[in-house]
Amino acid sequence: MTRLIRSFLIILLTAFLSTGINRANEPVIPVKEGEHAEKFDAGKFVIEHVSDSYEWHIATFGETHISIPLPIILYSSNQGWNFFMSSKFHHGHETYKNFRIEHEGKNEGKIVELNLEGNVVGLPIDLSITKTVAGIFVSVIVLLLIFLNIAKSAKRRVNQAPAGMQNFFEPIILFVRDDIARPAIGEKKFEKFMPFLLTVFFFILINNLLGLVPIFPFGANVTGNIAVTLVLAVFTFFITTFSTNKHYWKEIYNPDVPWWLKFPVPLMPIVELTGVLTKPFVLMIRLFANMLAGHLIVTVFVSLIFIFARLFGVEGGFGISVVSVLFSVFMLLLDILVSFVQAYVFTFLSAMYFGMASPDHH
Amino acid sequence: MGFVTPDYGTIFWMLIIFGIVLFILKKFAWVPILKALKDREKSISDALNTAEKARKEVAGLKASNDQIIAEARREKDIILKEARDIKDKIVAGAKIQANAETLKSIENAKQQIIAEKSAAINEIKQQVAELSVMIAEIIIRKQLENPEDQERLVEDLLKDLKLK
Repeated sequence: MTRLIRSFLIILLTAFLSTGINRANEPVIPVKEGEHAEKFDAGKFVIEHVSDSYEWHIATFGETHISIPLPIILYSSNQGWNFFMSSKFHHGHETYKNFRIEHEGKNEGKIVELNLEGNVVGLPIDLSITKTVAGIFVSVIVLLLIFLNIAKSAKRRVNQAPAGMQNFFEPIILFVRDDIARPAIGEKKFEKFMPFLLTVFFFILINNLLGLVPIFPFGANVTGNIAVTLVLAVFTFFITTFSTNKHYWKEIYNPDVPWWLKFPVPLMPIVELTGVLTKPFVLMIRLFANMLAGHLIVTVFVSLIFIFARLFGVEGGFGISVVSVLFSVFMLLLDILVSFVQAYVFTFLSAMYFGMASPDHH
Repeated sequence: MGFVTPDYGTIFWMLIIFGIVLFILKKFAWVPILKALKDREKSISDALNTAEKARKEVAGLKASNDQIIAEARREKDIILKEARDIKDKIVAGAKIQANAETLKSIENAKQQIIAEKSAAINEIKQQVAELSVMIAEIIIRKQLENPEDQERLVEDLLKDLKLK
Protein backbone atom coordinates (compact mmCIF):
# COMPACT_ATOMS: atom_id res chain seq x y z
CA MET A 1 0.00 0.00 0.00
CA THR A 2 2.76 2.37 1.04
CA ARG A 3 4.67 1.41 -2.03
CA LEU A 4 1.63 2.07 -4.18
CA ILE A 5 1.15 5.53 -2.72
CA ARG A 6 4.81 6.17 -3.00
CA SER A 7 5.11 5.10 -6.63
CA PHE A 8 2.11 7.22 -7.50
CA LEU A 9 3.67 10.20 -5.80
CA ILE A 10 6.97 9.56 -7.50
CA ILE A 11 5.24 9.63 -10.88
CA LEU A 12 3.63 12.89 -9.85
CA LEU A 13 6.98 14.17 -8.78
CA THR A 14 8.72 13.22 -12.00
CA ALA A 15 6.16 15.27 -13.84
CA PHE A 16 7.03 18.23 -11.67
CA LEU A 17 10.72 17.65 -12.04
CA SER A 18 10.54 17.44 -15.79
CA THR A 19 8.67 20.73 -15.97
CA GLY A 20 11.32 22.27 -13.76
CA ILE A 21 14.11 20.91 -15.88
CA ASN A 22 12.38 21.98 -19.09
CA ARG A 23 12.11 25.46 -17.80
CA ALA A 24 15.74 25.41 -16.81
CA ASN A 25 16.65 24.46 -20.33
CA GLU A 26 14.82 27.42 -21.77
CA PRO A 27 17.29 30.01 -22.89
CA VAL A 28 15.52 32.90 -21.15
CA ILE A 29 16.76 32.52 -17.62
CA PRO A 30 18.78 35.58 -16.84
CA VAL A 31 19.43 35.07 -13.14
CA LYS A 32 19.60 38.56 -11.77
CA GLU A 33 19.41 39.69 -8.20
CA GLY A 34 15.87 40.42 -7.13
CA GLU A 35 14.19 38.92 -10.13
CA HIS A 36 14.43 35.22 -9.30
CA ALA A 37 12.76 35.68 -5.93
CA GLU A 38 9.53 36.82 -7.49
CA LYS A 39 8.96 33.92 -9.81
CA PHE A 40 8.37 30.63 -8.08
CA ASP A 41 9.93 27.66 -9.78
CA ALA A 42 8.62 24.50 -8.13
CA GLY A 43 11.17 22.19 -9.71
CA LYS A 44 14.07 24.33 -8.61
CA PHE A 45 12.58 24.83 -5.16
CA VAL A 46 12.18 21.09 -4.60
CA ILE A 47 15.57 20.18 -5.98
CA GLU A 48 17.31 22.87 -3.96
CA HIS A 49 15.72 21.59 -0.80
CA VAL A 50 16.89 18.05 -1.16
CA SER A 51 20.20 18.54 -2.88
CA ASP A 52 23.52 19.32 -1.34
CA SER A 53 24.73 22.90 -1.32
CA TYR A 54 27.63 25.02 -0.19
CA GLU A 55 25.57 26.99 2.28
CA TRP A 56 22.82 26.05 4.69
CA HIS A 57 19.82 27.94 3.45
CA ILE A 58 17.32 28.77 6.18
CA ALA A 59 14.82 31.23 4.78
CA THR A 60 14.30 33.87 2.15
CA PHE A 61 12.41 37.08 2.90
CA GLY A 62 11.80 38.97 -0.27
CA GLU A 63 15.28 39.48 -1.63
CA THR A 64 17.19 38.64 1.51
CA HIS A 65 18.56 35.15 1.82
CA ILE A 66 19.25 33.92 5.30
CA SER A 67 21.71 31.11 5.29
CA ILE A 68 24.53 29.73 7.36
CA PRO A 69 27.83 29.94 5.49
CA LEU A 70 29.80 26.71 5.42
CA PRO A 71 33.54 26.25 4.94
CA ILE A 72 34.79 25.70 1.41
CA ILE A 73 37.92 23.59 1.07
CA LEU A 74 39.43 23.45 -2.38
CA TYR A 75 42.64 22.23 -3.90
CA SER A 76 43.71 23.10 -7.38
CA SER A 77 47.05 22.60 -9.06
CA ASN A 78 47.23 26.31 -9.85
CA GLN A 79 46.35 27.78 -6.48
CA GLY A 80 47.05 25.00 -4.00
CA TRP A 81 44.81 24.72 -0.94
CA ASN A 82 42.06 27.27 -0.42
CA PHE A 83 39.94 27.66 2.66
CA PHE A 84 37.16 30.21 2.89
CA MET A 85 33.54 30.52 3.91
CA SER A 86 30.80 30.06 1.36
CA SER A 87 29.48 33.53 2.19
CA LYS A 88 32.27 34.84 -0.05
CA PHE A 89 30.26 33.59 -3.05
CA HIS A 90 27.28 35.73 -2.00
CA HIS A 91 24.81 32.88 -2.52
CA GLY A 92 26.55 31.80 -5.64
CA HIS A 93 26.39 35.08 -7.48
CA GLU A 94 29.98 36.17 -7.27
CA THR A 95 33.40 34.87 -8.13
CA TYR A 96 35.94 34.60 -5.35
CA LYS A 97 39.64 33.84 -5.82
CA ASN A 98 38.88 32.70 -9.34
CA PHE A 99 36.35 30.15 -8.07
CA ARG A 100 32.69 30.21 -8.96
CA ILE A 101 29.67 28.04 -8.37
CA GLU A 102 28.46 26.97 -11.79
CA HIS A 103 24.74 27.31 -12.33
CA GLU A 104 24.33 25.61 -15.67
CA GLY A 105 26.02 23.27 -18.05
CA LYS A 106 27.53 19.92 -17.19
CA ASN A 107 29.16 21.19 -14.00
CA GLU A 108 25.96 22.63 -12.61
CA GLY A 109 26.17 23.08 -8.86
CA LYS A 110 29.90 22.45 -8.72
CA ILE A 111 32.70 24.85 -8.02
CA VAL A 112 34.80 25.58 -11.09
CA GLU A 113 38.08 27.36 -11.44
CA LEU A 114 38.45 30.29 -13.77
CA ASN A 115 41.43 31.94 -15.36
CA LEU A 116 41.99 35.66 -15.38
CA GLU A 117 39.89 36.11 -18.51
CA GLY A 118 36.95 34.50 -16.77
CA ASN A 119 36.96 31.22 -18.67
CA VAL A 120 36.53 27.89 -16.94
CA VAL A 121 39.85 26.09 -16.72
CA GLY A 122 38.89 23.07 -14.64
CA LEU A 123 37.45 21.62 -11.51
CA PRO A 124 39.38 21.94 -8.27
CA ILE A 125 39.45 19.06 -5.83
CA ASP A 126 36.49 19.92 -3.64
CA LEU A 127 36.48 18.77 -0.01
CA SER A 128 34.10 21.45 1.19
CA ILE A 129 31.95 21.01 4.27
CA THR A 130 28.70 21.06 2.36
CA LYS A 131 25.22 21.04 3.87
CA THR A 132 25.21 17.24 3.88
CA VAL A 133 28.59 17.02 5.60
CA ALA A 134 27.48 19.61 8.15
CA GLY A 135 24.32 17.55 8.64
CA ILE A 136 26.47 14.48 9.25
CA PHE A 137 28.45 16.41 11.85
CA VAL A 138 25.27 17.49 13.62
CA SER A 139 23.81 14.01 13.66
CA VAL A 140 27.10 12.53 14.82
CA ILE A 141 27.22 14.99 17.71
CA VAL A 142 23.67 13.95 18.66
CA LEU A 143 24.64 10.30 18.32
CA LEU A 144 27.72 10.70 20.50
CA LEU A 145 25.87 12.75 23.12
CA ILE A 146 23.15 10.15 23.43
CA PHE A 147 25.23 7.01 23.50
CA LEU A 148 28.21 8.19 25.50
CA ASN A 149 25.68 9.34 28.07
CA ILE A 150 23.99 5.97 28.04
CA ALA A 151 27.33 4.21 28.33
CA LYS A 152 28.14 6.36 31.34
CA SER A 153 24.91 5.52 33.08
CA ALA A 154 25.29 1.86 32.10
CA LYS A 155 28.70 1.81 33.75
CA ARG A 156 27.45 3.60 36.83
CA ARG A 157 24.33 1.53 37.36
CA VAL A 158 25.82 -1.94 37.28
CA ASN A 159 23.19 -4.67 37.56
CA GLN A 160 20.44 -2.14 38.13
CA ALA A 161 17.35 -1.33 36.16
CA PRO A 162 18.04 1.19 33.37
CA ALA A 163 17.03 4.79 33.96
CA GLY A 164 16.29 7.82 31.82
CA MET A 165 17.64 7.77 28.31
CA GLN A 166 19.15 4.37 28.92
CA ASN A 167 15.64 3.12 29.56
CA PHE A 168 14.48 4.46 26.22
CA PHE A 169 17.32 3.21 24.05
CA GLU A 170 18.03 -0.12 25.69
CA PRO A 171 15.00 -1.86 24.16
CA ILE A 172 16.14 -0.65 20.73
CA ILE A 173 19.67 -1.90 21.38
CA LEU A 174 18.22 -5.20 22.55
CA PHE A 175 16.03 -5.29 19.45
CA VAL A 176 19.09 -4.86 17.23
CA ARG A 177 20.91 -7.52 19.19
CA ASP A 178 18.18 -10.13 19.67
CA ASP A 179 15.99 -9.64 16.62
CA ILE A 180 18.49 -8.56 14.00
CA ALA A 181 22.01 -9.72 14.77
CA ARG A 182 21.39 -12.93 16.68
CA PRO A 183 19.03 -14.64 14.21
CA ALA A 184 20.74 -13.30 11.08
CA ILE A 185 24.37 -13.99 12.02
CA GLY A 186 24.11 -16.82 14.49
CA GLU A 187 24.68 -17.27 18.17
CA LYS A 188 28.42 -17.83 17.90
CA LYS A 189 29.54 -14.93 15.77
CA PHE A 190 27.05 -12.11 16.18
CA GLU A 191 28.87 -10.33 18.99
CA LYS A 192 31.80 -9.07 16.97
CA PHE A 193 29.45 -7.42 14.46
CA MET A 194 27.34 -5.71 17.11
CA PRO A 195 29.26 -2.39 17.26
CA PHE A 196 28.99 -1.87 13.52
CA LEU A 197 25.34 -2.91 13.33
CA LEU A 198 24.38 -0.65 16.23
CA THR A 199 26.33 2.27 14.83
CA VAL A 200 24.78 1.87 11.39
CA PHE A 201 21.29 1.43 12.81
CA PHE A 202 21.40 4.50 15.00
CA PHE A 203 23.33 6.56 12.46
CA ILE A 204 20.66 5.92 9.84
CA LEU A 205 17.79 6.25 12.29
CA ILE A 206 18.98 9.52 13.77
CA ASN A 207 19.81 10.99 10.37
CA ASN A 208 16.43 9.93 9.00
CA LEU A 209 14.60 11.46 11.93
CA LEU A 210 16.70 14.63 12.09
CA GLY A 211 16.16 15.00 8.35
CA LEU A 212 12.46 15.35 9.05
CA VAL A 213 12.96 18.22 11.48
CA PRO A 214 12.76 21.31 9.30
CA ILE A 215 14.65 23.66 11.65
CA PHE A 216 18.36 24.43 11.56
CA PRO A 217 20.66 22.65 12.50
CA PHE A 218 18.57 19.67 11.51
CA GLY A 219 16.77 18.89 8.30
CA ALA A 220 19.76 18.20 6.12
CA ASN A 221 19.03 15.47 3.62
CA VAL A 222 21.83 13.16 4.81
CA THR A 223 20.53 9.64 4.28
CA GLY A 224 18.94 10.79 1.03
CA ASN A 225 22.42 11.57 -0.27
CA ILE A 226 23.88 8.80 -2.34
CA ALA A 227 27.45 9.48 -1.21
CA VAL A 228 26.46 8.83 2.41
CA THR A 229 24.60 5.61 1.68
CA LEU A 230 27.48 4.59 -0.56
CA VAL A 231 29.94 4.87 2.32
CA LEU A 232 27.61 2.88 4.59
CA ALA A 233 27.22 0.20 1.93
CA VAL A 234 30.98 0.14 1.37
CA PHE A 235 31.50 -0.48 5.10
CA THR A 236 29.03 -3.38 4.93
CA PHE A 237 30.75 -4.71 1.84
CA PHE A 238 34.22 -4.65 3.36
CA ILE A 239 33.14 -6.13 6.66
CA THR A 240 31.32 -8.88 4.76
CA THR A 241 34.34 -9.56 2.59
CA PHE A 242 36.77 -9.61 5.49
CA SER A 243 34.67 -12.01 7.54
CA THR A 244 34.26 -14.61 4.83
CA ASN A 245 35.33 -18.20 5.13
CA LYS A 246 36.12 -20.79 2.50
CA HIS A 247 32.52 -21.98 2.19
CA TYR A 248 31.51 -18.51 1.07
CA TRP A 249 34.05 -18.44 -1.74
CA LYS A 250 33.26 -22.00 -2.70
CA GLU A 251 29.62 -21.00 -3.08
CA ILE A 252 30.74 -18.26 -5.45
CA TYR A 253 33.39 -19.94 -7.57
CA ASN A 254 32.19 -23.50 -7.42
CA PRO A 255 28.53 -23.62 -6.44
CA ASP A 256 26.63 -26.90 -6.34
CA VAL A 257 25.03 -26.62 -9.74
CA PRO A 258 25.19 -28.82 -12.86
CA TRP A 259 28.67 -28.68 -14.38
CA TRP A 260 27.51 -27.10 -17.64
CA LEU A 261 26.57 -23.97 -15.72
CA LYS A 262 30.20 -23.63 -14.71
CA PHE A 263 32.05 -24.93 -17.75
CA PRO A 264 33.03 -23.84 -20.38
CA VAL A 265 31.24 -20.57 -19.66
CA PRO A 266 31.43 -19.87 -15.89
CA LEU A 267 27.85 -18.68 -15.80
CA MET A 268 27.08 -19.27 -12.14
CA PRO A 269 30.37 -17.83 -10.81
CA ILE A 270 29.67 -14.68 -12.81
CA VAL A 271 26.15 -14.49 -11.45
CA GLU A 272 27.37 -15.07 -7.90
CA LEU A 273 30.16 -12.52 -8.20
CA THR A 274 27.66 -10.01 -9.52
CA GLY A 275 25.55 -10.82 -6.47
CA VAL A 276 28.45 -9.95 -4.17
CA LEU A 277 28.52 -6.44 -5.62
CA THR A 278 24.78 -6.03 -6.08
CA LYS A 279 24.09 -6.62 -2.39
CA PRO A 280 25.81 -3.46 -1.11
CA PHE A 281 24.68 -1.60 -4.23
CA VAL A 282 21.06 -2.40 -3.45
CA LEU A 283 21.61 -1.33 0.17
CA MET A 284 22.93 1.99 -1.05
CA ILE A 285 20.11 2.61 -3.54
CA ARG A 286 17.29 1.50 -1.26
CA LEU A 287 18.13 3.81 1.61
CA PHE A 288 19.01 6.71 -0.67
CA ALA A 289 15.88 6.44 -2.82
CA ASN A 290 13.49 5.97 0.08
CA MET A 291 14.76 8.92 2.05
CA LEU A 292 15.12 11.15 -0.99
CA ALA A 293 11.57 10.31 -2.08
CA GLY A 294 10.23 11.15 1.37
CA HIS A 295 11.93 14.54 1.36
CA LEU A 296 10.89 15.27 -2.21
CA ILE A 297 7.25 14.48 -1.61
CA VAL A 298 6.94 16.68 1.44
CA THR A 299 8.62 19.53 -0.41
CA VAL A 300 6.41 19.00 -3.43
CA PHE A 301 3.28 19.26 -1.33
CA VAL A 302 4.53 22.48 0.14
CA SER A 303 5.34 23.91 -3.26
CA LEU A 304 1.87 22.97 -4.48
CA ILE A 305 0.60 25.84 -2.35
CA PHE A 306 2.67 28.33 -4.28
CA ILE A 307 1.90 26.82 -7.65
CA PHE A 308 -1.81 27.06 -7.00
CA ALA A 309 -1.42 30.55 -5.62
CA ARG A 310 0.20 31.60 -8.86
CA LEU A 311 -2.31 29.83 -11.06
CA PHE A 312 -5.53 30.76 -9.26
CA GLY A 313 -4.54 33.68 -7.09
CA VAL A 314 -4.14 33.83 -3.35
CA GLU A 315 -7.48 32.07 -2.70
CA GLY A 316 -6.30 29.09 -4.69
CA GLY A 317 -3.15 29.00 -2.61
CA PHE A 318 -5.10 29.07 0.61
CA GLY A 319 -7.51 26.45 -0.66
CA ILE A 320 -4.84 24.01 -1.63
CA SER A 321 -2.76 24.75 1.45
CA VAL A 322 -5.24 22.85 3.63
CA VAL A 323 -4.88 19.78 1.46
CA SER A 324 -1.15 20.26 1.17
CA VAL A 325 -0.61 20.61 4.86
CA LEU A 326 -2.73 17.54 5.57
CA PHE A 327 -0.80 15.54 2.99
CA SER A 328 2.51 16.86 4.25
CA VAL A 329 1.65 15.86 7.79
CA PHE A 330 0.56 12.47 6.55
CA MET A 331 3.79 12.08 4.60
CA LEU A 332 5.88 13.20 7.56
CA LEU A 333 4.22 10.61 9.78
CA LEU A 334 4.78 8.04 7.07
CA ASP A 335 8.40 9.15 6.87
CA ILE A 336 8.84 8.60 10.60
CA LEU A 337 7.73 5.03 10.01
CA VAL A 338 9.93 4.80 6.94
CA SER A 339 12.88 6.12 8.98
CA PHE A 340 12.59 3.21 11.37
CA VAL A 341 11.88 0.68 8.64
CA GLN A 342 14.86 1.80 6.53
CA ALA A 343 17.23 1.77 9.50
CA TYR A 344 15.93 -1.71 10.32
CA VAL A 345 16.19 -2.95 6.74
CA PHE A 346 19.71 -1.66 6.23
CA THR A 347 20.90 -3.16 9.50
CA PHE A 348 19.05 -6.42 8.99
CA LEU A 349 20.37 -6.92 5.46
CA SER A 350 23.90 -6.05 6.60
CA ALA A 351 23.54 -8.62 9.35
CA MET A 352 22.24 -11.16 6.82
CA TYR A 353 25.26 -10.57 4.60
CA PHE A 354 27.59 -10.97 7.58
CA GLY A 355 25.84 -14.19 8.46
CA MET A 356 26.09 -15.43 4.88
CA ALA A 357 29.77 -14.50 4.69
CA SER A 358 30.75 -17.31 7.03
CA PRO A 359 28.23 -20.12 6.69
CA ASP A 360 28.80 -23.04 9.01
CA HIS A 361 28.10 -25.91 6.65
CA HIS A 362 27.01 -26.83 3.04
CA MET B 1 25.30 18.06 -7.87
CA GLY B 2 23.32 15.30 -9.42
CA PHE B 3 21.33 13.06 -7.17
CA VAL B 4 22.71 9.78 -8.36
CA THR B 5 26.34 10.75 -8.84
CA PRO B 6 27.99 10.45 -5.45
CA ASP B 7 30.06 13.49 -4.59
CA TYR B 8 33.62 12.50 -3.69
CA GLY B 9 33.92 15.33 -1.16
CA THR B 10 30.94 13.97 0.74
CA ILE B 11 32.31 10.43 0.46
CA PHE B 12 35.63 11.63 1.84
CA TRP B 13 34.07 13.34 4.86
CA MET B 14 31.56 10.59 5.43
CA LEU B 15 34.32 7.95 5.44
CA ILE B 16 36.34 9.91 7.99
CA ILE B 17 33.40 10.87 10.20
CA PHE B 18 31.71 7.50 10.12
CA GLY B 19 34.99 5.71 10.73
CA ILE B 20 35.77 7.87 13.74
CA VAL B 21 32.23 7.60 15.09
CA LEU B 22 32.28 3.85 14.64
CA PHE B 23 35.55 3.69 16.57
CA ILE B 24 34.46 6.04 19.37
CA LEU B 25 31.05 4.46 19.81
CA LYS B 26 32.51 0.97 19.73
CA LYS B 27 35.13 1.75 22.32
CA PHE B 28 33.20 4.05 24.62
CA ALA B 29 29.55 3.17 24.08
CA TRP B 30 28.73 -0.20 22.58
CA VAL B 31 31.26 -2.27 24.46
CA PRO B 32 30.27 -0.94 27.92
CA ILE B 33 26.54 -0.89 27.07
CA LEU B 34 26.53 -4.42 25.69
CA LYS B 35 28.67 -5.56 28.60
CA ALA B 36 26.27 -3.96 31.06
CA LEU B 37 23.33 -5.62 29.31
CA LYS B 38 25.08 -8.97 29.35
CA ASP B 39 26.11 -8.58 32.98
CA ARG B 40 22.59 -7.68 33.98
CA GLU B 41 21.14 -10.58 32.04
CA LYS B 42 23.69 -12.85 33.63
CA SER B 43 22.95 -11.58 37.13
CA ILE B 44 19.22 -11.98 36.54
CA SER B 45 19.59 -15.48 35.20
CA ASP B 46 21.99 -16.27 38.05
CA ALA B 47 19.45 -15.00 40.55
CA LEU B 48 16.75 -17.06 38.90
CA ASN B 49 18.99 -20.10 38.92
CA THR B 50 19.83 -19.59 42.56
CA ALA B 51 16.14 -19.24 43.39
CA GLU B 52 15.42 -22.40 41.43
CA LYS B 53 18.22 -24.20 43.22
CA ALA B 54 16.97 -22.98 46.59
CA ARG B 55 13.49 -24.12 45.67
CA LYS B 56 14.83 -27.52 44.70
CA GLU B 57 16.87 -27.66 47.90
CA VAL B 58 13.79 -26.87 49.96
CA ALA B 59 11.87 -29.53 48.06
CA GLY B 60 14.77 -31.91 48.69
CA LEU B 61 14.81 -30.98 52.34
CA LYS B 62 11.10 -31.62 52.54
CA ALA B 63 11.54 -34.96 50.84
CA SER B 64 14.36 -35.88 53.19
CA ASN B 65 12.28 -34.66 56.13
CA ASP B 66 9.48 -36.90 55.00
CA GLN B 67 11.94 -39.72 54.69
CA ILE B 68 13.29 -39.06 58.17
CA ILE B 69 9.79 -38.94 59.58
CA ALA B 70 8.85 -42.14 57.77
CA GLU B 71 11.99 -43.79 59.09
CA ALA B 72 11.29 -42.57 62.60
CA ARG B 73 7.79 -43.92 62.33
CA ARG B 74 9.10 -47.23 61.12
CA GLU B 75 11.59 -47.32 63.94
CA LYS B 76 8.90 -46.42 66.40
CA ASP B 77 6.80 -49.28 65.08
CA ILE B 78 9.73 -51.64 65.39
CA ILE B 79 10.42 -50.49 68.94
CA LEU B 80 6.79 -50.81 69.88
CA LYS B 81 6.68 -54.25 68.35
CA GLU B 82 9.80 -55.22 70.21
CA ALA B 83 8.38 -53.87 73.43
CA ARG B 84 5.19 -55.81 72.86
CA ASP B 85 7.17 -58.94 72.16
CA ILE B 86 9.22 -58.42 75.29
CA LYS B 87 6.09 -57.82 77.28
CA ASP B 88 4.52 -60.95 75.89
CA LYS B 89 7.67 -62.88 76.63
CA ILE B 90 7.83 -61.52 80.15
CA VAL B 91 4.18 -62.24 80.75
CA ALA B 92 4.56 -65.71 79.32
CA GLY B 93 7.68 -66.30 81.40
CA ALA B 94 5.96 -64.99 84.48
CA LYS B 95 3.04 -67.30 83.83
CA ILE B 96 5.28 -70.29 83.48
CA GLN B 97 7.18 -69.34 86.61
CA ALA B 98 3.97 -68.74 88.49
CA ASN B 99 2.72 -72.13 87.38
CA ALA B 100 5.91 -73.76 88.47
CA GLU B 101 5.76 -71.92 91.77
CA THR B 102 2.20 -72.98 92.29
CA LEU B 103 3.02 -76.53 91.45
CA LYS B 104 5.91 -76.43 93.85
CA SER B 105 3.87 -74.98 96.66
CA ILE B 106 1.14 -77.51 95.95
CA GLU B 107 3.77 -80.21 96.14
CA ASN B 108 5.09 -78.75 99.36
CA ALA B 109 1.62 -78.58 100.72
CA LYS B 110 1.07 -82.18 99.73
CA GLN B 111 4.28 -83.31 101.38
CA GLN B 112 3.44 -81.32 104.46
CA ILE B 113 0.02 -82.83 104.46
CA ILE B 114 1.56 -86.27 104.16
CA ALA B 115 4.04 -85.47 106.90
CA GLU B 116 1.31 -84.03 109.11
CA LYS B 117 -0.82 -87.06 108.33
CA SER B 118 1.88 -89.50 109.28
CA ALA B 119 2.67 -87.47 112.38
CA ALA B 120 -1.02 -87.49 113.25
CA ILE B 121 -1.22 -91.22 112.61
CA ASN B 122 1.86 -91.75 114.75
CA GLU B 123 0.31 -89.70 117.52
CA ILE B 124 -2.92 -91.57 117.14
CA LYS B 125 -0.91 -94.83 117.29
CA GLN B 126 0.89 -93.63 120.43
CA GLN B 127 -2.31 -92.52 122.03
CA VAL B 128 -3.91 -95.77 120.99
CA ALA B 129 -0.94 -97.58 122.50
CA GLU B 130 -1.15 -95.53 125.69
CA LEU B 131 -4.86 -96.02 125.78
CA SER B 132 -4.31 -99.71 125.23
CA VAL B 133 -1.79 -99.81 128.03
CA MET B 134 -4.17 -97.92 130.29
CA ILE B 135 -6.94 -100.23 129.30
CA ALA B 136 -4.69 -103.17 129.74
CA GLU B 137 -3.65 -101.92 133.23
CA ILE B 138 -7.22 -101.45 134.17
CA ILE B 139 -8.06 -104.86 132.88
CA ILE B 140 -5.02 -106.43 134.50
CA ARG B 141 -5.74 -104.69 137.75
CA LYS B 142 -9.24 -106.05 137.71
CA GLN B 143 -8.02 -109.52 136.85
CA LEU B 144 -5.35 -109.41 139.48
CA GLU B 145 -7.56 -108.44 142.33
CA ASN B 146 -7.59 -111.89 143.69
CA PRO B 147 -4.30 -113.47 144.77
CA GLU B 148 -4.83 -116.74 142.81
CA ASP B 149 -5.00 -114.97 139.66
CA GLN B 150 -1.70 -113.28 140.57
CA GLU B 151 -0.14 -116.49 141.31
CA ARG B 152 -1.32 -118.11 138.14
CA LEU B 153 0.05 -115.27 136.21
CA VAL B 154 3.41 -115.47 137.89
CA GLU B 155 3.42 -119.13 137.19
CA ASP B 156 2.56 -118.60 133.58
CA LEU B 157 5.32 -116.10 133.36
CA LEU B 158 7.73 -118.40 135.00
CA LYS B 159 6.63 -121.15 132.66
CA ASP B 160 7.49 -118.97 129.81
CA LEU B 161 10.85 -118.31 131.43
CA LYS B 162 11.59 -121.94 131.94
CA LEU B 163 10.80 -122.81 128.47
CA LYS B 164 13.43 -120.56 127.43
